[in-house]
Amino acid sequence: MSATEWPLWEVFIRSKQGLNHKHVGSLRAADATMALENARDVYTRRSEGISIWVVESNYVHANDPSDSEEFFEPSDTKIYRHPTFYDVPDGVKHM
Amino acid sequence: MKELSISELEARFQDKIDREIKIEPNDWMPDEYRKTLIRQISQHAHSEVVGMLPEGNWISRAPNLRRKAVLLAKVQDEAGHGLYLYSATETLGADRESTIDDMHEGKAKYSSIFNYPALTWADIGAIGWLVDGAAILNQVALCRTSYGPYARAMVKICKEESFHQRQGYESLMVLAKGTTEQKAMAQDALNRFWWPALMMFGPSDKDSPHSAQSMKWKIKRLSNDELRQNFVDATVPQAEILGLTIPDEKLKWNEERGHYDFSEINWDEFYQVLAGNGPCNRERVEARKKAKEEGAWVREAANAFAAKRAMKKTA
Repeated sequence: MSATEWPLWEVFIRSKQGLNHKHVGSLRAADATMALENARDVYTRRSEGISIWVVESNYVHANDPSDSEEFFEPSDTKIYRHPTFYDVPDGVKHM
Repeated sequence: MKELSISELEARFQDKIDREIKIEPNDWMPDEYRKTLIRQISQHAHSEVVGMLPEGNWISRAPNLRRKAVLLAKVQDEAGHGLYLYSATETLGADRESTIDDMHEGKAKYSSIFNYPALTWADIGAIGWLVDGAAILNQVALCRTSYGPYARAMVKICKEESFHQRQGYESLMVLAKGTTEQKAMAQDALNRFWWPALMMFGPSDKDSPHSAQSMKWKIKRLSNDELRQNFVDATVPQAEILGLTIPDEKLKWNEERGHYDFSEINWDEFYQVLAGNGPCNRERVEARKKAKEEGAWVREAANAFAAKRAMKKTA
């Protein structure tokens, strides 16, 4: 990275009121204000959003995909967390 | 986690590809897959950026305000598309600045179509109709490419590009239905852009050495020749509606194949342009280098401004 290169930012957009912000991509900018302006210009040219979050990519921590089997094991083995695990007679309604 | 050998990792990787599971940035991938993607995506990004040059040149000379606003919006989109794609290369660990420098030093290519000049206003229509039309066919196929960030960028680009082709066709339609001189101008643009547009799909399958591996990895989903045939089949009826003639005497509907037959491409010209000897190769690269050098102060100023703003906040 050269001295003049701007940091990388991840961009999240809320497309309309009532929906969550969703990751749409990334861009480079010198600071958060400029990152927001750039995100507006690059990711919302056709009214795709009403709210933007930018987060410096350095601050995003992710699990290691090569360990994902172990990492997500607790949820895969607990099938009793799903409603279909339980037997209910055919006649029972609203359940 | 137990250590897997390279061949086990490769087998798992290919199995994911075969089951249409997308590959994401931190997933294990063969080095060659990563390299191929960086090469292809950065080349694609460079094409978006260099593609702004022939059109940008016409913004100040658009025939009216409507066409000018449209052309500005289109060129702005291309800049955005370049950015989505450079971002996708960064997810693979590529350094954006050095991919750009590679292009400036002639080590990385961009689409050969942009080495042809846009001589008249009709060319701007022809570029939208044919060049964006050809690019869209390629990009629609790439929406299903195996690398997640590339596929997502393609989906967004395809959504935005559909207006690019339509505005070009509409603009050319005005000329084609205009005075004799205007119609001749539209025909001339078609004559000059038809063959370079067909060359955009790359060498014939039999001469495309990387294709087989890219198809196996599902980086590419349709071959060069399949895409080229789709383009010809889609475009011929569009030219008929414009009342223009495609410059190929051998172009003929083949009932048996259910496709148009067309002449062999002048591959010598294709390889000459690829080698840097097209009409505008030098000019395009020089313009990009100049933009980078003369824009350096803007990037530095943004950094200085950010530092000043940060200081004010803490003060």
